[in-house]
Amino acid sequence: MFESVLVANRGEIARRIIRTLNEMGIRSIAVHSEADADLPFVREASESVNIGPANPAHSYLDQAQVLAAARATGAEAIHPGYGFFSENAEFARAVVAAGLTWIGPSPEAIVQMGDKINARNLMEAAGVPVAAGTREPVTTIEEATKAAAKIGYPVMVKTAGGGGGIGMGVAHAEDGLAKAFDQATRAAARFGGTAAILLERYIERARHVEVQILGLNDGRVLALGERDCSVQRRHQKVVEESPSPGITPELRDRMLAAAARAGAAVNYRGAGTVECLVDADAQDFVFLEMNTRLQVEHPVTELVTGVDLVAAQLRIAAGEDVEIDAVPRGHAIEFRVYAEDPKRFLPGPGHITVWVEPSGEGVRVDSGYEAGNTVTPFYDPLMAKLCVYGATRAEAVERARAAVAGFAITGPKHNLPFCAELLDHPEFVSGDYDTGLVSRMRS
Amino acid sequence: MAEIRAEMVANVWKVVVAEGETVSEGDTLVILESMKMEIPVIAEDDGVVQLKVAEGDVVQEGDLIAVIG
Repeated sequence: MFESVLVANRGEIARRIIRTLNEMGIRSIAVHSEADADLPFVREASESVNIGPANPAHSYLDQAQVLAAARATGAEAIHPGYGFFSENAEFARAVVAAGLTWIGPSPEAIVQMGDKINARNLMEAAGVPVAAGTREPVTTIEEATKAAAKIGYPVMVKTAGGGGGIGMGVAHAEDGLAKAFDQATRAAARFGGTAAILLERYIERARHVEVQILGLNDGRVLALGERDCSVQRRHQKVVEESPSPGITPELRDRMLAAAARAGAAVNYRGAGTVECLVDADAQDFVFLEMNTRLQVEHPVTELVTGVDLVAAQLRIAAGEDVEIDAVPRGHAIEFRVYAEDPKRFLPGPGHITVWVEPSGEGVRVDSGYEAGNTVTPFYDPLMAKLCVYGATRAEAVERARAAVAGFAITGPKHNLPFCAELLDHPEFVSGDYDTGLVSRMRS
Repeated sequence: MAEIRAEMVANVWKVVVAEGETVSEGDTLVILESMKMEIPVIAEDDGVVQLKVAEGDVVQEGDLIAVIG
């Protein structure tokens, strides 16, 4: 096992990874921007290095700075967390070239899955169901119009290189296509992705269900159950739960088997997620994309399986044999506590004067902040993840209500009132909801 | 006359209109960026724009972005 690991990330995920490193007796090294010097992840690491100014391009996304910090501290491996460098094959290669271990899949697997058009074609060839869509990059509105007519409206327009919902848009008819296409093109240019656009048939009443996979060193790919991520605003997840209340055991088995095939198709090693769209009425699914990293919502899987996914990532990256015999039990729900207003979901950074986390049976909080910290506008709005576990979904929902009520934050705007509202919404309570739920709550 | 103010701490990513331009209610004046999100700032009235920010500026909650008169 490694003697030391550098965590190339910030906030709650850096803190969560550092927790496991500390528990395993591995020297944990944090890197941070000037804006983040006071955050708990910096203090809780064995060592920390200031790598530059608040602007992530000059700190968290500066390859030379991160690698220099690894050299200066004698780190043996780098864990990228999610976002930032986590799906950056060039950085993964640079880490390996520097003689360090990259805690993640091979750069080749990242490249193959990072291009959504390539990933889609690869999955189709591996026998994983995909939605009707374009097999070649679409670069002009004329091509898009032609492709959409063939696929049939409504269509989802997205960037081949994008992630996190950025630039995604739905066109219900030809007159909405130009706007969605323009939005995706602008997002691609702005976030440095390729200009290639992908069009897919959009499923109206869909659930977003994903499968956690773990690729082992002997080549086996395990599927550790699913997470339902259908509570979304602006195509970004707000709440995730496992098991999914919207799929039958038969569909679950098919999805888990397909996810393992998807991982095997790219010789996947380590933790990854196969995202799917489920047609709730037809009880069928299609491949959406694969995320070649640890996912924000991984605690949901950890709570129902008892597996520490970060520890598994470390053991796999260190070349160890990992045996996991995980039978998911009970029910887990995660709420992303964002620094945003609970009505329109607009960002609301600010200084935290009160921060009191709930506790109690079945409650886990992964947070990036504490009282006295400032949530700045430079990074994403995730402040914490409030996770609850119960023997049944009803028990988890009941515990979640108490935990949300017991979470006190003053300073930044936050969406805890939205979480409380959701927990009393008949659709969520029944479990019979889809990705349109939040829009319906706010229409 | 309408005063358009920032709703949150943000970076002025793009100024869409020109100083002195005549705008209509609903037009996008500037685009702010905060927490990896673009937030369009919309004209709340018809009139001539007086800009109070430039691209790259950091605005605090309540700061004046533009006056429409």
